[in-house]
Amino acid sequence: MRFSPSALDRKLIRDLKGMLGQGITISLVVAAGISGFLTLRATYSSLLESRDQYYEEYRFGDVFAQLDRAPESVAERMESVPGVALVHTRVAESARILMEGPAQSPQALILSLPPGGDAPLNQVLLREGRWPGAGESDEALLLDTFAERWEVAAGDTLGVVMNGALRSVRITGLATSPEFIYPMPPGGALIPDDERFAVLWMDRRGMAPIFRMEGAFNDVVVRMNPGALEREVLAGIDGVLEPYGGRGAVGRDLQPSNFILDGELEQLRQFSTVVPIIFLGVAAFLLNMVLSRLLHLQRTQVAALKALGYHDSEVGLHYLKMTLGVVIAGSVLGVVLGWYLGRAMTLFYGNFFGFPILEFRMGWRAPLAGILIAGGAGVIGAFTALRKILALSPAEAMSPEPPARYRPTLPERMGLGRLVGPMGRMVLRELGRRPLRTGLSALGIALAIAIVVVGRFSEDAMNYLMEEQFYRAWRENVTVAFAGPTPERAIREIAALPGVAHAEGMRVTSVRMYAGHRWRDVPLQGYPDEARLRQLLDADGRLRPFPDEGVVITEKLGEVLGIAPGDSVRVTLREGRPGEATLRITGTVDEMLGMQGHMRMSELNALLAEGPVVSQALVQIDPRDVDALEARLMEWPGVLDVASRDALVERFREQSAEMLTVMTLILTLFASVIAAGVVYNNARVAVSMRERDLASLRVLGFSRREISTVLLGEMGVQVLIAIPPGLWIGHRLCVWIAGTVDPERYRLPVVLSAETYGFAVSVILVAATASALLVRRKLDRLDLIGVLKTRE
Amino acid sequence: MPEPVLTTRGVTRIYEMGEIQVQALRGVDFELMESEFLVLVGASGSGKSTLMNILGGLDRPTDGTVHFRDQELTRASDRELTEYRRNHVGFIFQFYNLMPSLTARENVSLVTEITRDPMPADEALALVGLEHRLDHFPSQLSGGEQQRVAVARAIAKRPELLLCDEPTGALDYRSGVVVLEVIERVNRELGTATAVITHNAPISAMASRVVTLHDGAIDEERHNEARAPASEIRW
Ligand SMILES: Nc1ncnc2c1ncn2[C@@H]1O[C@H](COP(=O)(O)OP(=O)(O)OP(=O)(O)O)[C@@H](O)[C@H]1O
Ligand SMILES: [Mg+2]
Repeated sequence: MRFSPSALDRKLIRDLKGMLGQGITISLVVAAGISGFLTLRATYSSLLESRDQYYEEYRFGDVFAQLDRAPESVAERMESVPGVALVHTRVAESARILMEGPAQSPQALILSLPPGGDAPLNQVLLREGRWPGAGESDEALLLDTFAERWEVAAGDTLGVVMNGALRSVRITGLATSPEFIYPMPPGGALIPDDERFAVLWMDRRGMAPIFRMEGAFNDVVVRMNPGALEREVLAGIDGVLEPYGGRGAVGRDLQPSNFILDGELEQLRQFSTVVPIIFLGVAAFLLNMVLSRLLHLQRTQVAALKALGYHDSEVGLHYLKMTLGVVIAGSVLGVVLGWYLGRAMTLFYGNFFGFPILEFRMGWRAPLAGILIAGGAGVIGAFTALRKILALSPAEAMSPEPPARYRPTLPERMGLGRLVGPMGRMVLRELGRRPLRTGLSALGIALAIAIVVVGRFSEDAMNYLMEEQFYRAWRENVTVAFAGPTPERAIREIAALPGVAHAEGMRVTSVRMYAGHRWRDVPLQGYPDEARLRQLLDADGRLRPFPDEGVVITEKLGEVLGIAPGDSVRVTLREGRPGEATLRITGTVDEMLGMQGHMRMSELNALLAEGPVVSQALVQIDPRDVDALEARLMEWPGVLDVASRDALVERFREQSAEMLTVMTLILTLFASVIAAGVVYNNARVAVSMRERDLASLRVLGFSRREISTVLLGEMGVQVLIAIPPGLWIGHRLCVWIAGTVDPERYRLPVVLSAETYGFAVSVILVAATASALLVRRKLDRLDLIGVLKTRE
Repeated sequence: MPEPVLTTRGVTRIYEMGEIQVQALRGVDFELMESEFLVLVGASGSGKSTLMNILGGLDRPTDGTVHFRDQELTRASDRELTEYRRNHVGFIFQFYNLMPSLTARENVSLVTEITRDPMPADEALALVGLEHRLDHFPSQLSGGEQQRVAVARAIAKRPELLLCDEPTGALDYRSGVVVLEVIERVNRELGTATAVITHNAPISAMASRVVTLHDGAIDEERHNEARAPASEIRW
């Protein structure tokens, strides 16, 4: 005898085929929920893993310190600090690279390499070329990001100004190291710079004589023993280096590149924990709703099976298979898609960060959790509906549902009935008759709208942040940094240059601010009394006045250090008369970017025991004159850097915003799939539920158009009432997400753009229109006789 | 002396519909005997389907007892009721209740696959004259043909009890007779106790006993001296 499936299994296969469109869309909802979940989870954990492996393999240090100069013998004293496992001393000097073309020469950090290049800590990864020769003073490795930006290749020669003298340096190879995942110029820059900041690695014996650093070092990398307390190691190292002009050791968390990387990964973490759960939750809810309705439609068939002598368990198994068919198809697709996209995204971000090691790992826990959550919700939904039917006696379940008790709806009672005509009245009554079902459908659609909003939230936040920070708070379009304190006269000279509309000075100095054992390096910004170019804005875009006295700090800084207005804080100064001072905090401002202190320039000058000097010039200039201004200013002695705002914005966009674009794209795609799936299934189930009513109407002489109007009218009303709550829920979810993420570098303002709202609404409207067309086609083919011939 | 297969005592059934109560049965005492051919008549809404559903274990009375031989159905668990339906009862419903996604043959197999000693599905369908329509879906069959599939499905398990709710209601005379002949034959050859609900008075002539329901109670009971064969029924 040949194998043949049981009659019940045949029914299963045919039923699944019969609802192919619905089956596919439900599977897609499951797949989108699961793969969204997996993609982000796997990407985050893989990147974390890759970073850790990179740090481990290239022996990234735990503690970093800079100092003026110390003899090599001091290294031993640091090694005996409790908790210290290994000390690697280096010579670190700054230089300028003369590049063709632009007026300003990029800044370079020259780091010494031990013989053979094999550094015990912060090992250098040679990407191409060869190590500089032993004892060579004109060979160097160049940081790969800079080389890429300027199209420098191994073998090229660059002019480098070292210790006041121009030297030709042969680039023997391109390299990077864990400390330069983000190229952060020294001096507390906020934004990485691969264009005007380079690192050159030179053989220590060749380099030391140039800077008169033979037998000495001015930079230290330390590895701690496992379990050692960072605070104690930092204090120990500071104690040893104090007499040698130590500038205070920092741990990994404040190492500039790692600090930025942590911030970016933190943002990814937020997206990979909260957002996927929202997606999965919404998909699960929708699956639950759709399947419970689908099962409800099977009411009479369930009853007939029972009447024929099938046990509840057998009927249950039958529908379990049906549900699982859809859920498993979706889960498999979701896992495969999640794996694929996760890998692609890991590669994308891995290359973005420049990780040499990329480990993609999904594990089995996340897929299992995703399948259990989504699949479980679907099965539960199907079974709540099934249980209700099974609880009825077969006789009851088989009989048609009692004719519904319709009654005039609220709008009708308000007298609107006459306005909408008989078709409109049917729509209103149908919706009003089942307020729960109408409500649930609307909620489902609203959630779908909400996740589309969530998908685009971070991009909006970033755009708003850039707009506010770079265009509203800063109104200069060129910033000139002076090498040291500069008399105010320089500002007047700049103001007289061609094209300059306005120029004003600013005094910025970096201090270390302490509160108990916590501290942060903070730029203090002093503004002239008649400052016009800079404004103090809080996250809500409100303008705040500069303080009359004392210091106003970023709210986040207050939070991190636990200080509030009225407090006095201890700071160590690095300029003017080095030493300690006390500052009075007179206010906080909820700034979106960075952590800094704002005060009057005169007060800052007094603090630093200096006359009326500035360290920066802010310039408002006709954009066409920017290049000429740069060229001219770079010839001024004492000008360190001329930066245009557009270049800065561009860099920020590349580093932070572009990373979000891919994520936004993926989330938006998944959200749209989920939204479309829900709207379509809602409509299809409505057709099945009302098939008989609609066929009867047709028999009574109503046209296709008219009956479509009834059903599509219902759908339309559901979609329309879902839009405002959907947008609102989306906004609330974003507020919630923003609350769970808190990098120190910036905060995400929940400011959703009109485009995002418009996009979310459009996705739903497009899905609704497409569904309406499909439903319309279905209705046009409504088999009147067939529907009426077989009862229910 | 034939034994009763089914016995009811004081069976009432009240439907609660919100505040309104509908008393569909008010104290029915009734027996269905072995090999008996019983016809149940009565006005629309008199409670015929309600009684039939209770006899077939599809519904429970609000009050009273129902016995299938020694088994008290009113005390049986849902599981036991299912077993009862599966093993002993063949139903023909007023509204055929076929599975729309299964062919005629598969609809019959749905039952033969789960019973102990069924006849082959093809044979059951041949009995109702549908041997040429085995692979057609319900939507491709006329109402009468669908009803004949339902009959084949009910008799294929060789039930001890055959309960038919208006088996000819939707049928023309000729297919009606085919259906009745099959029911009669099963009753005769297998000794299946049979109860048929009908609005067609002439069908009563086939019965050994005719019970009339009126407003939820048995109004009249009549024994036929001679039973007319199905082929001679005219309406
Ligand atoms: N599920 C139900 N809920 C409420 N009332 C019901 C239900 N089923 C039947 N009734 C009521 O019970 C009474 C008996 O119904 P039943 O279906 O048994 O009548 P019937 O004799 O089979 O009628 P017909 O010849 O029209 O089929 C009727 O008044 C009917 O309205
Ligand atoms: Mg009836």
